[in-house]
Amino acid sequence: MKPDLSTNIGGIRMKNPVMTASGTFGYGPEYADLVDINQLGAIVVKGICLHPTKGNELPRTTEVASGLLNAIGLPGPGVDGFVREYMPFLRTYDTPVVVNIWGKTIEEYAEVAARFDSVPGIAGLEVNVSCPNIKEGSAVFGTDIKMFERVVKAIRSATRLPLIPKLAPNVSDIAEYARCAEACGADAISLINSFPSLAVNLDTRRPILANKTGGLSGPAIKPIALRLVWLAAQAVEIPVVAMGGISCARDALEFLLVGASAVAVGTASFVYPDTALRVAAGIGDFLEKEGIASLSDWVGSIKA
Amino acid sequence: MQLEQATVIAHAPIQGSYNLLQMRAPGVAARVQPGQFIHVKVPYLEECILRRPFSIFRADGESLSILYKDVGKGTRTLQYLEPGESLSILGPLGHGFPEVSAGHFPVLIAGGYGMAALYLVAQRSPVKGVAFFGGRSAQDILCVPEFEALGWKVLVTTEDGSLGQRGLVTDALDAWWAREGSAHSPELFVCGPGGMLKAAARRAEERNCPAWTSVDNNMGCGVGACLTCVLKVKDGESWTWARACREGPVFNSRDILWEELA
Ligand SMILES: Cc1cc2nc3c(=O)[nH]c(=O)nc-3n(C[C@H](O)[C@H](O)[C@H](O)COP(=O)(O)OP(=O)(O)OC[C@H]3O[C@@H](n4cnc5c(N)ncnc54)[C@H](O)[C@@H]3O)c2cc1C
Ligand SMILES: Cc1cc2nc3c(=O)[nH]c(=O)nc-3n(C[C@H](O)[C@H](O)[C@H](O)COP(=O)(O)O)c2cc1C
Ligand code: FES
Repeated sequence: MKPDLSTNIGGIRMKNPVMTASGTFGYGPEYADLVDINQLGAIVVKGICLHPTKGNELPRTTEVASGLLNAIGLPGPGVDGFVREYMPFLRTYDTPVVVNIWGKTIEEYAEVAARFDSVPGIAGLEVNVSCPNIKEGSAVFGTDIKMFERVVKAIRSATRLPLIPKLAPNVSDIAEYARCAEACGADAISLINSFPSLAVNLDTRRPILANKTGGLSGPAIKPIALRLVWLAAQAVEIPVVAMGGISCARDALEFLLVGASAVAVGTASFVYPDTALRVAAGIGDFLEKEGIASLSDWVGSIKA
Repeated sequence: MQLEQATVIAHAPIQGSYNLLQMRAPGVAARVQPGQFIHVKVPYLEECILRRPFSIFRADGESLSILYKDVGKGTRTLQYLEPGESLSILGPLGHGFPEVSAGHFPVLIAGGYGMAALYLVAQRSPVKGVAFFGGRSAQDILCVPEFEALGWKVLVTTEDGSLGQRGLVTDALDAWWAREGSAHSPELFVCGPGGMLKAAARRAEERNCPAWTSVDNNMGCGVGACLTCVLKVKDGESWTWARACREGPVFNSRDILWEELA
């Protein structure tokens, strides 16, 4: 019998537990010729803030061993531009749309969240408090527990949509952030964002990226992400969405085993655009072969 | 665009550090427009996670080929691929060259792999024009017989004088323009290193002639999602980013902010 892969992430009902990771799947149309968006568990779009933004200068990315270092700097069309240009397209699919939001101030975060509250077709908000590439300190919200608490509280009171704070990996006690999010009324948490990193050029003696530092993603960060997801999942009752280096079903099954209720595919989509669909199918095949009737029987079943 | 598992038909060094890789890829080959590219996952190179972009050199029926230079890990490892082996390609990608405008005379300007990237322009153009190929030495000049076989006149320049005229491609272009340019209405199709693109764009602007330039910004996804490959293009009085992989790699040279191009 085909196992039941459906899952509910803080009110977002998904047909399977695999979503796209913000910033790695554009706003949808970029991959629509290659991937059947209807088969995704959810689509998470590139980070959106209040006004249009241009992002960083070049180079914005560089490849490193088994990974990618990026400092794109969150260019985007802003709330209005996004709703006008992309929501009509996204509404044609039977797949939950999760909007990833960010801001430069607490007020901005809250205002972006409030604006999306009245937009039809949005299933939830993922809050990027942890972008390593924004000068004005988005990362500070993700690595200072007091700031984190203030921003999550402010957004919570600004929206009725399912709220998913996205945690930074570079904190000393991830459980503290997970618990704080839960206490502030988050419906789920997601982790990890890319890991702050550096690449330099020996010939020029300069950092390779225009932004100097960037965020590391891809297979290189998977073991780091797995530990953090494992710790966070033990700390809270709300569902955990896991990402960080997932490129096949077995990677995803590991995150689900340690307690994640859903996963997101990021950098791997750049290489094989259909990765998220293959991950979802592969999870189904694995559970069927193991005789496990439902995804929920696998989630968190790690033996201590 | 599609994701396709291609099979190597033939693969061999051609000259210098250039290699010709021909593959069977019926899905992608059928839809190729001149100036488009494929994004290749290099087999046996697991620690390099990104694909590598290569212009489509030829596309005939069910097969297509690329002409690539060994410049790093990916292009070095690619050379191990043997006939019969398969590789994952994504394509055809990007926005290629338009057909020459009515009443215009096509002028191709190429350096490096640009000679391969312009082959389909030459092959499919209803009007045969003139092609200027430039490089450091004879080893860097590719495909001259192929272009001549299509009925194009090819003018070669090398910096060391080992083939054709000594000098830069733009020296030959300027001389031709002074001699014959006024008899035609030239339209430029350019693919080569940044300096060559800029020099050609400057001439097009001075002479108010249309020019299409193919840029080779570093790429990530190749489909418009990651925003790695962007360049600054004019937007009224201001500028905006355009994606080389999606809106490009071929741009109307008038639109590019050349002084900002890396
Ligand atoms: C649209 C387009 C068409 C191209 N067509 C051809 C072609 O027909 N023939 C050919 O020989 N080369 C072509 N190139 C350049 C080719 O993509 C690079 O030489 C190749 O990616 C280098 O890979 P590597 O692993 O050997 O080098 P490495 O230096 O080890 O690569 C490291 C990283 O840098 C990137 N990179 C390095 N140099 C370039 C470059 N010049 N342009 C883009 N990315 C680069 C790679 O993608 C990779 O992410 C094209 C580039 C673009 C953007
Ligand atoms: C090019 C790029 C852009 C990204 N943009 C965003 C973004 O806009 N908002 C966000 O929350 N995370 C962003 N991320 C982080 C990813 O969503 C994800 O958390 C991270 O890359 C780890 O997953 P991965 O290893 O599967 O890529 C981006 C990552 C990459 C590589
Ligand atoms: S290479 Fe990713 S947007 Fe162009």
